[in-house]
Amino acid sequence: MIAVNKLLLLVSVATWQTIIMVLLSTVFSILLGLPLGILLCISNPDTGIHPRPVLNQVLTRIVNALRSFPFIILMILLFPLSRILIGTSIGTAATIVPLSIAAAPFVARIIESALKEVDPGVVQAARSMGSSIMQIIVKVLIPEALPSLADGITLTIINLIGYSAMAGAIGGGGLGDLAIRYGYQRFRPDVMAAAVIVILVLVEAIQFAGTTISARLMGRR
Amino acid sequence: MEIKLDHLVKVYDKNTPREVCAVRDISLEIPSKGIFGIIGKSGAGKSTLVRLVSLLERPDSGEVIYGEQRVDNLSEGELILRRRRLGMIFQNFNLFSSRTAGQNIAYPLEICSVPKTIIHKRVEELLSLVGLSDRADAAISTLSGGQKQRIAIARALANNPDILFCDEATSALDPQTTHSILDLIRTIQREMNLTVVMITHQMEVVRDACSSVAVLNEGQVVEQGSVEDIFLHPSTEITREFLSNLTQPVPVHTPKEDMVRWSTHGGKYTLRFNGSLTDEPVLSQLARNFSIEFNIRAGGIQNLSDHKVGTLVTDITGDDAEVRRAIAYLRSTGIIVEYDGVEE
Repeated sequence: MIAVNKLLLLVSVATWQTIIMVLLSTVFSILLGLPLGILLCISNPDTGIHPRPVLNQVLTRIVNALRSFPFIILMILLFPLSRILIGTSIGTAATIVPLSIAAAPFVARIIESALKEVDPGVVQAARSMGSSIMQIIVKVLIPEALPSLADGITLTIINLIGYSAMAGAIGGGGLGDLAIRYGYQRFRPDVMAAAVIVILVLVEAIQFAGTTISARLMGRR
Repeated sequence: MEIKLDHLVKVYDKNTPREVCAVRDISLEIPSKGIFGIIGKSGAGKSTLVRLVSLLERPDSGEVIYGEQRVDNLSEGELILRRRRLGMIFQNFNLFSSRTAGQNIAYPLEICSVPKTIIHKRVEELLSLVGLSDRADAAISTLSGGQKQRIAIARALANNPDILFCDEATSALDPQTTHSILDLIRTIQREMNLTVVMITHQMEVVRDACSSVAVLNEGQVVEQGSVEDIFLHPSTEITREFLSNLTQPVPVHTPKEDMVRWSTHGGKYTLRFNGSLTDEPVLSQLARNFSIEFNIRAGGIQNLSDHKVGTLVTDITGDDAEVRRAIAYLRSTGIIVEYDGVEE
């Protein structure tokens, strides 16, 4: 009985840590990735909104390089940054830094491709009416791309759940940490199974919510 | 607002193997307060030209002048302000799917920071102008093609523009809807005193709506003038081709066909009558006064925006000299006579 109680406590604390980690790193990665994604889209000569071919090439290279970086290595490289910002490189709060930075280029790409899907004719119409670049971004590109953006953010959250579990291997908190320290290192298959099940449930719940929101947004059109 | 184009040139992908000269040296004067047609096949440079004239792109050389003001060299900020006084409609309507019909019309007002109450009033006015007052809250996907173009027209007019550009505005619509949209554009042009520039590949559109027209081919203006003149004296092959598409008698069963053809072959001579001549008994006089055989192969009347042009496809046979005299007589009455498609 005590063992079950302890298990529940462990799992619920770890679940809470994972949720906080994923939530905050989603917010920060969007804060970093959204402007980058918008810049990638509008500076692209093909969209014609604000063509800056050189800037576009440089940003594309940076985003590609960051995206191809293995997450575990990136996280180790970012330990010093976590120490500066959070004061430590271990635990839930410290993990948010590398998670956000690792997900930012992914978010940038997702936002770029969602915005590029917006009908160029509609953007041309907005330009022909005398919209400023900011008005095109805020009043045309983002509202028109909203259903795809919702899909993209859902995908980002799910990816971050996966990344956060991996971060457990090198001192992050949350369900990944629980599964590795208790389930793997202390031979507790019940803890391992519980952690995996919670992650599966989280992913399913978020996918369901994301799909519903995206469908609602589409349905109003 | 009169529009003057002075030696416009636009080249894409300059100094690369893909280099295309889309507009090569176009000069045009588009008169104020009328409907001016620009007709050309796809690839003739129409789309590029409209983007240059509507300030969406800058020419490589040459000038665009609205009234007295040169506009192609305005700064980015000034361009944005000038574009707010232009209206533009498109083949694919290009409405915002994230907004309702009413919100689409509100957009150009919103970006000029017009107060909400005024926007609301103006949107209602515009909806009733295009006859869609009951569809203000409709999602764009629920509108028919004609309704979409009406909303697009209302949106284009929201800021009281002085010029309206129609870029293939009826090309995605069926003939009946095309007709009603052209009617609407004509009414608006009169009531709002607009200068309308209509880019199209359909001669029907020029015939039904425009007062003057320029024919574009390979990035150049090959012919221009009043619609009546162009219909009566097409001077280039390309224009004749556009006109022949229009008067093509096949398929015979179409009810709205311009020409009726009695026989599928023959018809060396094409006679074109304009305006009042369509009422004259010229042919009976011809038959009485000359000893020739006269065989009508096809005929019809084309309604231009404000007058009619009659066309008869005939064979005239008989003594060569007599035929020549008969033709000379026809010409003396003001009828245009073409032999094998050429005005001799």
